[in-house]
Amino acid sequence: MSTIVLLAITGLGLAALYFLVASGLSLVFGLADVLNFAHGLFLSIGAYGTWWAYPHVGFVAAVAFGVVVGALAAVLVELVLIRPLYKRTIEQVLVTVGLSLAGVALLQATFGADARPFPRPQWTQHVLSIGGALVPVDRILLIVAALGVLGALLGFLRWTRYGLIVRAGVENREMVTALGIDVRKAFTLVFAIGGAAAALAGALGGVYLGSISPTTGASLLIFAFIVVVIGGMGSVIGSAVAAVAVGLLQQFVNYYSTGMGDICVVALLAVVLLVRPGGLTRRTA
Amino acid sequence: MILSLKDVSVRLSGLHILQGISFDVAASGITVLLGRNGVGKTTTLRAILGLAPATGSLTFEGQSIAGQRTHRLVQSGLGYVPEDRCVFAGLTVAENLRLAALREPNYDLVFELFPVLKQRLSQTAGSLSGGQQQMLSLGRVLLNSHKLLLVDEPTKGLAPKVVTEVAVALELVSQRVPVLLVEQNLAVVRRLAADAVVLASGRVAWTGSATTLLGDASLTKSLLGVGH
Repeated sequence: MSTIVLLAITGLGLAALYFLVASGLSLVFGLADVLNFAHGLFLSIGAYGTWWAYPHVGFVAAVAFGVVVGALAAVLVELVLIRPLYKRTIEQVLVTVGLSLAGVALLQATFGADARPFPRPQWTQHVLSIGGALVPVDRILLIVAALGVLGALLGFLRWTRYGLIVRAGVENREMVTALGIDVRKAFTLVFAIGGAAAALAGALGGVYLGSISPTTGASLLIFAFIVVVIGGMGSVIGSAVAAVAVGLLQQFVNYYSTGMGDICVVALLAVVLLVRPGGLTRRTA
Repeated sequence: MILSLKDVSVRLSGLHILQGISFDVAASGITVLLGRNGVGKTTTLRAILGLAPATGSLTFEGQSIAGQRTHRLVQSGLGYVPEDRCVFAGLTVAENLRLAALREPNYDLVFELFPVLKQRLSQTAGSLSGGQQQMLSLGRVLLNSHKLLLVDEPTKGLAPKVVTEVAVALELVSQRVPVLLVEQNLAVVRRLAADAVVLASGRVAWTGSATTLLGDASLTKSLLGVGH
């Protein structure tokens, strides 16, 4: 029983990580039709930003710093590289793939290619007894953070004007423009939110994984894309549900059948695409 | 006139949809844009709004609007009711209206014309009937004080009773603001329109009084391919 509890909470921690990356990716795609292959870079920037700031300002402020840097990087990428290429899908893909590769190379040149141990505050290394299992606090931290981001995103989408614009824009961007709304401001805002969430994933993922490397973002991005497709493009709720499914599946299968977790996730993706090609849900919020 | 098009052309996917059309829209009443299917009526409205790439001269209230971004044009007074309603199905009626409200929205006018919308504020737009969705689509632009409305086939696919309701609403609206209307229903055109512009094969084939056009059976037949 304690093994199942531990596997479940560890799987949910992984799901939280996937959700933090996938939620922004999904909103960006749903609203702006941009497949952002550089999204993992925001995670890496958040992780390295936190790693760099931690010795100077402490953990919480360092995470905030990493999140802000990740959001600013996302805004910069949107304004400089993506905005001139809206409606030019092929060029967007080329630019974001190129940026992703260049970003990894830049991080390697700056911080080295090897993984670096991530600073972990003492309290994140404690364990809690839940259902007979000793669960590391870092998993709980990720889950709580993801729930907080999920609640904040849903509140933003439901209760703010920009949230309304995003939900409408995911349905019909052109019509939003035809109502006199500058939808490009919403694009920038969604990039900033997505960048901040990914950077938070980088910061807390560093605690969870214990180390960071320049390729961490790119490797997590693959699973984030799978989560986005399973959940439905543009759907925050769908991303949350899909992240839980993928995280738990991966964790349990890997434990009971070593190394098969990733294959099962791809199989789940294939089944969803065959049965529900639009993903689990098309609702934005 | 409030809107003037001179030698406006649109090419889409290699097709020359509009081939140098020119016409004016009067500063009051309803000007109807007619023509058979596929002649470029919807494209004309989209070109005016900057939703389709156009060349040529487009002037609104004497100012050139060619190349301006769509949201700016709407903010400057062009209201748009698209073909097929384009309501946001996942948003409630209240959210659809709130989204469209720009400055000092006139909810009273909208609810006076379409009381059903007030009764269904919390209902998602996707669950409304076709007629109610059309009312919502019209209501969204009537919230704001536009200087010209571009309305694309508002009665398409509606039941006769709802067609009458929409026509009555447009008649009332046109007393406040001029309308450029794309419409296939000639009974509605006869009831509403003062001026008519007929497109054929991407060109202006005829302009003049709507009454004159519809009063001449052979002209109507040759231009629109229908008797009445």
